[in-house]
Amino acid sequence: MTKITSLADLRKIKSDVEAKMSLRERSETPDSMVQIRVAMATCGIASGAKIVMDYMITELDKRSIPAVVTQTGCMGYCYAEPTIEVTRPGHQPIVFGYVDSKKADQIIEKYIKNGELLEGIIPVNYENIEGK
Amino acid sequence: MKDLALHILDILQNSVTAGATLIELKIDEMPAQDKYLVKFIDNGKGMDEEMVQKVTDPFFTTRTTRKVGLGLPLLKQNAERTGGYLIIHSTQGKGTEIETQFTFSHFDRLPTGDIAGTLALTVSSYPAIEFKYTHITPQGIFKFDTLEIKEELGDLTISNPRVIAFIKDLINDNLKDIKAS
Repeated sequence: MTKITSLADLRKIKSDVEAKMSLRERSETPDSMVQIRVAMATCGIASGAKIVMDYMITELDKRSIPAVVTQTGCMGYCYAEPTIEVTRPGHQPIVFGYVDSKKADQIIEKYIKNGELLEGIIPVNYENIEGK
Repeated sequence: MKDLALHILDILQNSVTAGATLIELKIDEMPAQDKYLVKFIDNGKGMDEEMVQKVTDPFFTTRTTRKVGLGLPLLKQNAERTGGYLIIHSTQGKGTEIETQFTFSHFDRLPTGDIAGTLALTVSSYPAIEFKYTHITPQGIFKFDTLEIKEELGDLTISNPRVIAFIKDLINDNLKDIKAS
């Protein structure tokens, strides 16, 4: 019979994580971390945004990049889903479209780590749905 | 949507947008009665009679970035395709309950998908909201409450990637244990 994960395992994870967190990390404010918002409206979810979000969370942790990854609603770029908005500390947010795991990997390596811009960036749209 | 878990991810967002502080998901598998029941219960701002009627219309939405809202209409269609239904009960200022039923044995019933991952993602994205998840099968009941998890975590945030991975494992192991489909 396989062991069932239980709350006792959570306690162990908590102490593991806290032991590894450096003092600097503990005082890390959201502003000093990379913010990533994944569009998770119906169109995003249907196009595979969940896979992108899972990938981002796991990979950023693996590569030790302090980041906050959250879900957001429709950003209006339904034709280019999955879309993610990446904000590096001190920079304007940039929206990437047509993101899959491969593209997400490039975004992490090129944009997040080095500030290099990539193809597939969606420019800011100042029109709303009424066309004004 | 490819599977039920993606619909769940989508509909839970509705509850978040409605300002809910407590969101419950109940899944009840009743193969003996040929029913697969899914219930969403939230304490968000609710809707009036008129809006409840409009909300399953794909051309109605509360968002301002687009003119269509497909979440509920698509789920309703998928439920009805299996001979099931989708009913909405809502009271303005109190909350909303969405009950949807699928015929268990129907060929068109969507595969369940990654419910554990969906829940892990959702609870970690909204650390201030309490989520409760109950899954019932003929083999057993599994209950999950973020209040317990947060109590255990203390200062550590529920959005920590390792905690997210833990929650996924916790749910998956327990679902396997009660032989969820």
